[in-house]
Amino acid sequence: MTRYASVLELIGSTPIVDVSALSPNSRVTILAKLEGRNPGGSVKDRVALSLVDAAEAEGRLVLGKPDQILIEPSSGNTGIALAMVCGLRGYHLKVVLPSNVSPERRQLLLAWGAQIIDSPGSEGSNGAVRLAQKLAAENPEWVFLYQYANPNNPLAHYRSTGPEILSDVPEITHFVAGLGTSGTLMGVGRYLKEHKPGTQIWAIEPPSGEMVDGLRNLDDGYIPPIFTDNHGAELLDRKVVVRPRESIEWTRRMTEVGLFVGLSSGAIMAGAVKCANLIPADQRATIVTIVCDDGWKYLSTGAWSDDIEEVVDRAQRIIYF
Amino acid sequence: MSAVLRVPTVLRPAMGGASTIAVEGSTVGDVLSQVTLRYPAVKGQLLNDDGSLHRFLNVYVNDDDVRYLGGVNAPVTDSDEITLLPAVAGGVW
Repeated sequence: MTRYASVLELIGSTPIVDVSALSPNSRVTILAKLEGRNPGGSVKDRVALSLVDAAEAEGRLVLGKPDQILIEPSSGNTGIALAMVCGLRGYHLKVVLPSNVSPERRQLLLAWGAQIIDSPGSEGSNGAVRLAQKLAAENPEWVFLYQYANPNNPLAHYRSTGPEILSDVPEITHFVAGLGTSGTLMGVGRYLKEHKPGTQIWAIEPPSGEMVDGLRNLDDGYIPPIFTDNHGAELLDRKVVVRPRESIEWTRRMTEVGLFVGLSSGAIMAGAVKCANLIPADQRATIVTIVCDDGWKYLSTGAWSDDIEEVVDRAQRIIYF
Repeated sequence: MSAVLRVPTVLRPAMGGASTIAVEGSTVGDVLSQVTLRYPAVKGQLLNDDGSLHRFLNVYVNDDDVRYLGGVNAPVTDSDEITLLPAVAGGVW
């Protein structure tokens, strides 16, 4: 048995498993990196630790100083990961959370000791970002790490996720991941382009429900600053949108290879399958995809047990992604 | 024969209220120009003055983002489905 001094040492070095039994193309290998194995349960542990470590190195956070407060917008996993890291380091965390996220997320945040500030569910993640920006401006003594704009978000993936992937899968031809803050795609994408030029980087757009886009007009749209700062439009080779129904179908199908994954990971797998289908008949390919988190936080959706039409309808109203 | 344009909720009031409309054109640019002629109020929401795509508008042809397929020059053929989606923040990925 290996012995660790802190649970934070368990972050990263996640396993990769062959899921080619689900590949629609016999010449295409699909490998999934299991980020749900991180101690906080998602890929966001890497980001949370990177953001807090950097803030401490810069002196924005001081270990041992009492009453330090952080604020962060999140629809789930970043908040949960930050709550775990902050709890261990002695900081207070306030998470701005859309009111219509799944109940498991809310309970996990409370379990880790975070305080929840509700933003309007109809405004989705955009509304949470706006409210966090407003509250951070009104309370300048609070530390706002702002995962959407903080270079230490993609840097976590450039320094750990990317090298792990290339070390375990040197034959990689395609990397397929979801586009949220864009941290995973920018960090891993840049690492792979530098160290294995020619690797294709594909983004999967989450299927946001019509009920939660929360826009009055298009000018209310939002592109994460780290996407622009990392020249995301040039870094990506392709971007595809996956529909809620496909996401749920592929979330279910992952159980055929023994993987109980979150809905966003089902969406990404659906994207990897689209990618596999486009590989020309005379070529081979090795796709690496990300399982962002496991299925536990999504059980209340009924995604595995209820009628798929009902699940899809529910997914339009509640933020699961 | 024509292509189908899926209209997001935020643009429907300025585009007759329907969730889908039939469109024709051989490129994404053709289709969007035709739409702005039919619904002038939506012009600034789709295209910039130089004819490029609005920064916060993502256009998909059969689920593929056209920014990576030639932008407004991306080809459109009959029975294609074109989807307009506003750029919004994700967050849990």
